[in-house]
Amino acid sequence: MNIPEHKNSVGIVTPQTARFDEPLKLVCGRELPNYELVYETYGTLNKQHSNAVLICHALSGSHHAAGFHEPEDKKAGWWDECIGPGKPIDTDRFFVVSLNNLGGCHGSTGPSSINPATGKTWGPDFPPMRTTDWVHSQARLADVLEIDCWAAVIGGSLGGMQAMRWSLEFPDRIQHCIVIAAALKLSAQNLAFNEVARQAIESDPAFVGGCYKDSNTIPAQGLALARMIGHITYLSDDAMANKFGRDLRSGSLSRGETADAEFQVQSYLRHQGSQFSSNFDANTYILMTRALDYFDLALEHDGNAVKAFKQSQSSFFVVSFSSDWRFSPQRSREIVNALIEADRPVSYAEIEANEGHDAFLLPIPRYLDVFRAYMLRVGAND
Amino acid sequence: MRLDLSHIQRWIDPGSRVLDLGCGDGVFLESLRDQRQVRGTGLEIDQGYITAAIARGINVVEQNMDESLANFPDHSFDTVVLALALQAVNYPDRVLEEMLRIGREGIVTFPNFGHWRCRLMLGIGGHMPISKLMPYAWYNTPNIHFCTVKDFEELCQEKGIRILARDVVGNTRPTPLLSNKWPNLFATTAIYRITR
Repeated sequence: MNIPEHKNSVGIVTPQTARFDEPLKLVCGRELPNYELVYETYGTLNKQHSNAVLICHALSGSHHAAGFHEPEDKKAGWWDECIGPGKPIDTDRFFVVSLNNLGGCHGSTGPSSINPATGKTWGPDFPPMRTTDWVHSQARLADVLEIDCWAAVIGGSLGGMQAMRWSLEFPDRIQHCIVIAAALKLSAQNLAFNEVARQAIESDPAFVGGCYKDSNTIPAQGLALARMIGHITYLSDDAMANKFGRDLRSGSLSRGETADAEFQVQSYLRHQGSQFSSNFDANTYILMTRALDYFDLALEHDGNAVKAFKQSQSSFFVVSFSSDWRFSPQRSREIVNALIEADRPVSYAEIEANEGHDAFLLPIPRYLDVFRAYMLRVGAND
Repeated sequence: MRLDLSHIQRWIDPGSRVLDLGCGDGVFLESLRDQRQVRGTGLEIDQGYITAAIARGINVVEQNMDESLANFPDHSFDTVVLALALQAVNYPDRVLEEMLRIGREGIVTFPNFGHWRCRLMLGIGGHMPISKLMPYAWYNTPNIHFCTVKDFEELCQEKGIRILARDVVGNTRPTPLLSNKWPNLFATTAIYRITR
């Protein structure tokens, strides 16, 4: 089972499923009568159950954050750069839990699951999710795993928003809150991008108002387009210039050329789009973007993030990336400043990186160094 | 630990809150935490220092104090420390004002440009002084605002800043008689405890 070409990997991992029969009351007022959460764990839970770390995933993430499902898998889990033996989230020290959120499409109960009330797939009737709902469902998973208090809750982007929400919803169940490339709430520009992505999906005739499972269609075009738009915003201008420039994949820009030329960036985006649409569910994408849109950490605290953070008891580590324009360093500094004003322990690093929002997934040396350095204090007193 | 830092430890109350502007590798805040149960926060812009300080368990915020300190509320710290950094900021006077807005007290240490060796190097040698504390050549030094003990005390007076205590580090140890008596001439590092 050893995978020699991938050093410091957690190796082969097998997802598990937890079933919950106690109804979950949701922020929207509805409730889920029962549900399943699929999750993976890496490392070993210590005797005191004090070395558990929760990973919260972003928009298109899943429970598969590290390692491989099959020996022949080419791609490791989505955060394999940061999770593994000797990596910042060191599986020699920590028991790492990574789940697929409710409403997801990788095994946890979501729009493609069967609605027990109708016996048909939920589709667009699946209740809308908020980060608060996710946090509460994650807390129940913690109960099942007998984890009273997380040594750390960690997430990037939408995952970072869940980590912050954890610090408010369950202040005594989280020691360290690690928030990477996130924000207290989305900007109008971010809301706009999400709306375009949803429109791309909803205007695909194969979407059928979200009931595509019933009509045996897949809104692949719309989903691919949504992903292409999203993908552009996760990269920076520089990153795209470096990776593709104006290189042509086919055709030519010479005089007298009548056939269309194709730029490398075009074919890359198309590839990304079609890859994504074959692996992801359109209703989940809509649900996840809405959860992002609705997130506003301070909403229930008179819009005051300082007041919100006063509920928290954890220590915070906030990280941003210089070229991230989707969740810019300025957004992270708002988090940091609110924490400073709320007199909460906080460290902040602004990583110089060309890769845009996606940088939080990439092996940028300074990022990994400072992340690893912070993790030294996590669970250090046990 | 650097001499100026070991000198100022005693001015920091056990259990108090300390903001260290330019906290370096965090060794000072670490010692305050371990010896005096201080709750500290450091500000730093050097990447290597930030990682080193974070690895020590210190809370460090990557922020340039020269740009702004406005995100720190009034009187949110007991003591704000600026150790050997006054001469490297663009607006030393503004930073001093901010220190005393954020903290009840401030502690400032800086290399004294009035030290007799500096005077000799400039006055007789005709060169900008280079020393252990200020090892840089004039064209690549981060130190852009040198001052003397006299200069600093005049600025404090102008700004209505009260000097609670002065200490010095000189070359005349173990008997720092000269540098205590004539600090502007014999102090290599000047150390001040200030308030409004």
